[in-house]
Amino acid sequence: MLKQRQFLIETLTAIGLIAAPFVLPHLGFAPNTVNRILVWGLFGLGFDILFGFTGLLSFGQSAFYGTGGFVAAYLLTRAGFSNVLGALIIGMIAAAVTGYLVGLIALRRTGIYFAMITVAIAQVFFFVEFNPLSDFTGGENGLPGVPTPSFNLGFTTVHFTNGWSLYQFIALCYFIGVIIALRIVRSPVGAILSAIRDNPLRATAVGHNIHGYKLTAFVIAAAYAGFAGGLLGVLQAFMPPDAFTFDTSGQLVMQTAIGGRSTLFGPLVGAAVWLFLQDFLQAALGLGAAWKLVLGVVFVLLVCFLRGGIIGGLADLYRLASGRRKRTEAEAEQEATDAAPTRQPAPASMQAKEVEHPAYSRPILKATGLTKRYGGLVANSDIDFSVNQGELRGIIGPNGAGKSTFFKMLTCEVAPTSGQIVFEGRDITGLKITEVCQLGLTKSYQVNQLFTGLTVRQNLTIAALAELRGKFRLDLFRKLSGIKGLAEQVEHTLALVNLTRRADTPVSELAYGEKRRLEIGLALATSPRLLLLDEPLAGMSPRERVETVKLLKLIARGRTMIIIDHDMDALFELVERITVLQEGRVLVSGTPEEIKTNAAVQEAYLGGVHGEIAA
Amino acid sequence: MISWPNLVSQLFNGLALGALLALISSGLTIIYGTLGVLNLAHGAMFMIGGYAGFVAYQYTESFVLAVIAGSLFVMLLGVLMERVIIRHFYHRPHEDQLLVTFGLGICFVELVRLIFSSQSQLVPPPAMFRGITNLGFMFYPTYRLAVVGIVAIALGALFIILYRTRLGMIVRAGIEDSVMVDSLGINVYRVFMVVFGIGAMAAGFAGIVNAPVVSLTPGIGDDILVQTFVVVVIGGVGSFPGAILGGLIAGEIISVTSMFNPGYAYVMLFAVMTLVLVVRPHGLLGVQGRE
Repeated sequence: MLKQRQFLIETLTAIGLIAAPFVLPHLGFAPNTVNRILVWGLFGLGFDILFGFTGLLSFGQSAFYGTGGFVAAYLLTRAGFSNVLGALIIGMIAAAVTGYLVGLIALRRTGIYFAMITVAIAQVFFFVEFNPLSDFTGGENGLPGVPTPSFNLGFTTVHFTNGWSLYQFIALCYFIGVIIALRIVRSPVGAILSAIRDNPLRATAVGHNIHGYKLTAFVIAAAYAGFAGGLLGVLQAFMPPDAFTFDTSGQLVMQTAIGGRSTLFGPLVGAAVWLFLQDFLQAALGLGAAWKLVLGVVFVLLVCFLRGGIIGGLADLYRLASGRRKRTEAEAEQEATDAAPTRQPAPASMQAKEVEHPAYSRPILKATGLTKRYGGLVANSDIDFSVNQGELRGIIGPNGAGKSTFFKMLTCEVAPTSGQIVFEGRDITGLKITEVCQLGLTKSYQVNQLFTGLTVRQNLTIAALAELRGKFRLDLFRKLSGIKGLAEQVEHTLALVNLTRRADTPVSELAYGEKRRLEIGLALATSPRLLLLDEPLAGMSPRERVETVKLLKLIARGRTMIIIDHDMDALFELVERITVLQEGRVLVSGTPEEIKTNAAVQEAYLGGVHGEIAA
Repeated sequence: MISWPNLVSQLFNGLALGALLALISSGLTIIYGTLGVLNLAHGAMFMIGGYAGFVAYQYTESFVLAVIAGSLFVMLLGVLMERVIIRHFYHRPHEDQLLVTFGLGICFVELVRLIFSSQSQLVPPPAMFRGITNLGFMFYPTYRLAVVGIVAIALGALFIILYRTRLGMIVRAGIEDSVMVDSLGINVYRVFMVVFGIGAMAAGFAGIVNAPVVSLTPGIGDDILVQTFVVVVIGGVGSFPGAILGGLIAGEIISVTSMFNPGYAYVMLFAVMTLVLVVRPHGLLGVQGRE
């Protein structure tokens, strides 16, 4: 994770870039090699946002690298355009637009499909560049004669020619690239991108339009690629056609994995290692063409044994050396928390999202004739159900009664086969789960759906962001701290689910009961007016149950809740009315007292052994 | 510009290429379907099959033996690869599986380049299929006709293995739900190893059969891999019939478009893939829900 200390990384980057021309020649780096490393590093900044932060592994980045490069080179060599920086920016925009169009297709699918589609698309670009567009791109000859940038400052003209002179220009571009990338990664959009990488399903469910954000990351990566491609032409005074080859994409992926993903600087480190080894193995060891085999083996070994790449490995070492002390402190703190489980900060009941129809006092939710069929299996059959504003409703039923399916339909996670759902007087049937969450209806899951790579605070931040920012917003340069009410809402939710002391712990280190509370917290942080809880007590120890029941009572103030659970005692204590489902139908509805004494319910649970119940 | 004999001959070329793609893609798709791993080294398997067959051909001077030796070699390589590396990646994210198979593919290609150099190697077709055949309305290279037949037989064998044997039943069940198969008391991991071997062998077999049609270079698998991806996306991941249908469609598109302008072959292929993605996101014969 990147440290949050202000401008530390920016400052270190600037120092490094300024020191490089004085240090690197002594290590055997030629200025041209350093410039190439910077171009790869800039290319990789965007790619790391896509792969490292968003989790989308594209093998087709050469398409955008080549597009940006050839548009810029064409403008400068054939179209009589003389402003180098202007041409680079136009190339970048062209690549971004191309990225948008390609993203629309490639992002229709995820995972391996996404990887395969990007490979195929890049290959199309390669062939188009060589054949149909060879009049513009020079075909296999490329475009020679790309000029270097010069700026007229009035009193003098600065001309960056080659070697270390050109380095100044490229280093400045890289530095600006780093600043922008850091802003993006630290913005709300950056937070949501990591959420998508960790758990796309939950990111959708808390109310983010993840397709929009993925497309954003894709376009950002394409823009970086386009600018870097233009720089390649400037650097070599020639735009080579092999920028479009699959090898380019592959090399980028390998360099990023070697250096370390989701670090932003990984691609730069990877490129340095790559180009250094290439020179070293070829020249010093005389391996000739075998250098690529050696790099391939190194790469495979790194993927097998050092997932975080070189930077990740160094970070682990650092943590090992300095982290032991911290860990013991954390454990002591954990014990202290465990020792005083009854400590309850008793926060004021969190305000539910402001009601848009204040006069609304009739049922907040009304479902009519809800049916769900999976092929021949009828999971829910003709359910009529309504919950009043402010009510606390329980749902019970034997396993397989269709409770979870019913919840999934209410939150629009699955579409009903027939029937209608009305939330606050609005027909929500057929809406998407994201939209429904934005309207103020969400649920906590039966099986934890958390963002496992992030901390507790980051988890809740992502949920709160959905409510505060809406389902899609491109505030790429806003700081998280600049969002009004975000910190309060997160702190408040932390206190409510009693995780304040664990706020900066990664989710993977939480105990089960804590994860369960965070699961509820994620739903709560979106400030729902109607909250559905799917077995909140499942798998908890008796003590944790008592705690959680207390928590549920607390959050019930000022909002409507529907709870599924198998813990009858807890449910009878909590809720005002209970609906019993059996075999996908409503068996009976009533107060806990009525349900306890209802013969049909007893029969449903005990399987109709009338005579023996009394015994 | 377009003459009928020319068109028919391109359709035949498309059939030969399509059959080949179908065979390679079936290998890729059963590996993915069963193990959940997309093997980016699959193109390298195709290439190694060609080279292994080439070496065996030089020693034995028998094409049949070359095909057998080449396929067996690639199968063993696949089994080895699964045992030593891939099986440690079943529980790691998809990205890591992609990265490691991609890296292995590069290692294989570079190793072959080191041994055989980048120069292309010629593999002559077997004596009985040399020359051209008069089909009545046109002349056509005999070996290309034979390729269609040989690959069809291989696909038939694969079909029998998948749909008529106990192993095939387990593999098909594994594609549906490998956890369930495991809990039924079948050692899924051994099945995984066998499937990886068979999938690799399909590519290797295609590699040696295709060798006399083109000349061998270390990079020959790269293009094939990309085309295989398109086939699988069109046909549907994890579907054997989908791989065959997708292969034939892709083969014909490439051949027929090449007749007008080879530069547009990939554009057309890609356009069809996009169309399929828009109309049927899970592929023509794919099953919904597998990602």
